[in-house]
Amino acid sequence: MRLVVNGTPYQADIEADMPLLWVLRDVLGLTGTKYGCGVSACGACTVHVNGRAVRSCQTYAADLDGAAITTIEGLGGAGALHAVQAAWIEHQVAQCGYCQSGQMMQAADLLAQTPDPSDADIDAAMAGNLCRCGTYLRIRAAVKSAAQKLQQA
Amino acid sequence: MSRVGKIARRSLLIGSAALLGGVAFGVWRTRTPFANPLREDLPDGTASFNPWVLVDSTKITLITPHADKGQGVSSMQAALIAEEMDLQWGQFDTHFGAPDRAYWNTALAGEMVPFLSTDESLTARTMRQVMGGILKIAMPMQVTGGSSSVPDSFERLRLAGAVARETLKRAASQETGVPVAQLSTADGAVQLPDGSALAYTALARTAAQINPAGDVVLRPPAQWRLLGKPMTRLDMVPKSTGAQTYGIDLRLEGMVYATIKRNPHRGGVLRGYNADAARAMRGVHDIFEISGGAVAVVADNTWRAIQAAEALVFDWGAAPYPSEQAQHWETIANAFNEEHLDKQWRSEGDVAAALAGGDRIQAEYRAPYVAHQPLEPLNATLRITEARSDIWVGTQVPGIAKQQVAAITGQDEARVHLHNQFMGGSFGHRLEVDFIRQAAEIANRMRGTPVKMTYAREEDFAQDYPRAPGIARAIGTTKDGRVEALDLQVAMPSVITSQMGRIGLSLPGPDMQIAAGAWNNPYALPHFRMRAYRTPPLAPVSSWRSVGASANGFFFDSFLDELIHAAGADPMEERIRLMTHEVSRKVLEAVAEMCDWEGPRPAPNTGRGVAFVESFGVPTAEVVELRHTAEGIRIDKVWVACDVGPIVDPVNFENLVQGGVIFGLGHAINSEITYAGGVAEQVNFFDAEGMRIHQCPKIFVKGLENASQVRGIGEPPVPPAAPALANAIFAATGQRLRTMPFMKFVDFV
Repeated sequence: MRLVVNGTPYQADIEADMPLLWVLRDVLGLTGTKYGCGVSACGACTVHVNGRAVRSCQTYAADLDGAAITTIEGLGGAGALHAVQAAWIEHQVAQCGYCQSGQMMQAADLLAQTPDPSDADIDAAMAGNLCRCGTYLRIRAAVKSAAQKLQQA
Repeated sequence: MSRVGKIARRSLLIGSAALLGGVAFGVWRTRTPFANPLREDLPDGTASFNPWVLVDSTKITLITPHADKGQGVSSMQAALIAEEMDLQWGQFDTHFGAPDRAYWNTALAGEMVPFLSTDESLTARTMRQVMGGILKIAMPMQVTGGSSSVPDSFERLRLAGAVARETLKRAASQETGVPVAQLSTADGAVQLPDGSALAYTALARTAAQINPAGDVVLRPPAQWRLLGKPMTRLDMVPKSTGAQTYGIDLRLEGMVYATIKRNPHRGGVLRGYNADAARAMRGVHDIFEISGGAVAVVADNTWRAIQAAEALVFDWGAAPYPSEQAQHWETIANAFNEEHLDKQWRSEGDVAAALAGGDRIQAEYRAPYVAHQPLEPLNATLRITEARSDIWVGTQVPGIAKQQVAAITGQDEARVHLHNQFMGGSFGHRLEVDFIRQAAEIANRMRGTPVKMTYAREEDFAQDYPRAPGIARAIGTTKDGRVEALDLQVAMPSVITSQMGRIGLSLPGPDMQIAAGAWNNPYALPHFRMRAYRTPPLAPVSSWRSVGASANGFFFDSFLDELIHAAGADPMEERIRLMTHEVSRKVLEAVAEMCDWEGPRPAPNTGRGVAFVESFGVPTAEVVELRHTAEGIRIDKVWVACDVGPIVDPVNFENLVQGGVIFGLGHAINSEITYAGGVAEQVNFFDAEGMRIHQCPKIFVKGLENASQVRGIGEPPVPPAAPALANAIFAATGQRLRTMPFMKFVDFV
């Protein structure tokens, strides 16, 4: 099976029903994408497939042949931060941080679709991303801050 | 003098000196009764002045032994050292260090003595110190918990930094001939009178030959560069780029991937299992029984291991506790009698006489089992060989974990190496060590092969040791528009007995957690009695963020609110009137001012509730404002005032308080564990999720700094959240909620 992740093509000998989450983590070694629930209930595994946020625990390898997959590692790194990541640092969103890869991938998708989101837009888009530490207020602030930066850019 | 007495006396002297602040310490060596673990295998040219500081020619490493569950203690500990060492923020590496006696927690013990935290009498202070001495001998107490990391670190890590600084100055003096008195320090270097500087790293080789300085003086708070000012936590960049690795992310050469299935009837045996289908599945290496009624599956990746585990067919034995939830409640309800009295914690005034007169009300409250369920599932990675064992795991109890693994491998503890990992949350979940033992058994059977064991979320729910459930029965009276008497009885299983029992220890005396959050609120009620009843053991339970106070705070404050309404008094004014402890009263006054309690009354269908609970020595007051809408209750705003004494990092402080309020509100609304057929009915986050972003109110936080004793903030914001919410719902709707979770009785947006 051929997968393109963060612009890099990979060949993997995997089952058709293996979730993308586990392909990324255990086969390709991209561990920034997190396992939280396995049933689309927490959003920790959120990645982009062809530019849209999906739950990688419910996205199957068989459906991804030739698709462009972006993970948190491909969104940006310490040297070239995505606006969402910069805002996450500026607002010091993380506590344990385990959900934040998924939160940022969801937020990046939101801002691509809705460049100037209201609180209600943010709540609606982010409601599927669980944060057990309770960093929601900082997530709201960081999404708004990232929106401003992206609009000025 | 006995050994305990000697240790207690020594601790007391140090404690007294530390209380004064800014005094000279000439007793560094006697303050550190255990050897510096960093001195073992210290490379040539590397200096270590104490167990927290390591300097070599290339870098400075600060050891931050309190485990980081997301509460940011790694940064907090580093900041305390860096302040006194005159390091720039981030001009150093941090490392959790290896489990060692030098890092044993002495602050937690102070929370375990039966004295009110507001009691500053000599007896209370001495007992806290004696308890510290006893625990140091009895238990491998390198524990992160009980909101004790800041109190445990606040003095000694600044001292560690100061000792390092002064020793490095001596090294510079030796190298340059300039007297120490003419040297200063800044930016990780000793500054010379001629304007030049010698980096600490350049001084490491010389400093390594010098005995650590004994006489050091701590900086007065007015001179702090870092402490008390907004910081950027050191883990913010990696946690914002996906680069932060947690235990679950580890990958070792040649590693195999495991998972387990254990009897969900907690404590029941494994009578048998059929692995035929599972063994035939792709990638499965091995399937075998491990102790504790569990079966391990080892495969070539985590998903295949979990898939194969799902294909196992089990014959489980029954649990020792009642199979149905209603029976659990019945057992608790039947414990309000002399036979089960654990301790009468308070008896002031003449409760019996007061209850005979005045206007009397009574009520019963319930708090359910609740699961911890941090987002990173439990996991541990081990590599066991004949020569040594390595454990990579995120744990709050590294010393106990190491002991447990050594018992499994049969190795001397010195050959067992634990590498603590950043944790994707805990809330008390990672105080448990079952999962580490299971992973160790698997790795021990496969010596030489690294094994990463990961729980499926469903297994994590099934094996979670939840919060202890409790029932409270309260009677009270009012007189002349005031609260007159409160008689509170609480029945619960003993969480500490259950928890300590799992590592082979017993709890002497009563379990303070059955009363915590109820007996200790510093109100001056004319007549107050608080009795705690210990029920027979039910399902095994554990410490859940704020432990007993998470239930008792709800019981105590909600019923106080009922009494205040019955008296016709104002909920805020009457609490303030009854509060004679000054630091606590100021907290209530602050929250009243923040929310403009005296201002215009809330609009129709809007309600405000106030609650106050003291836990872990931190008085905390919260006001919840909510609206009763057609779609259900919407929580709009929460105001929080609390007092931990000096605040180390105001940014992280605010984040932790907001998170604690969200944790308390979310679980009060929608989370419980119930048993049916002997197993937990809740299997994943759709059954018990806590709060989500669309339900999240604005939360305004104020930390007062009037308290003399520094405290931690991880847990204290949780207990007042549930009663403040219930009190606000009463104010908005007239409906009094006495049982959590509240969604069983009202709808929420």
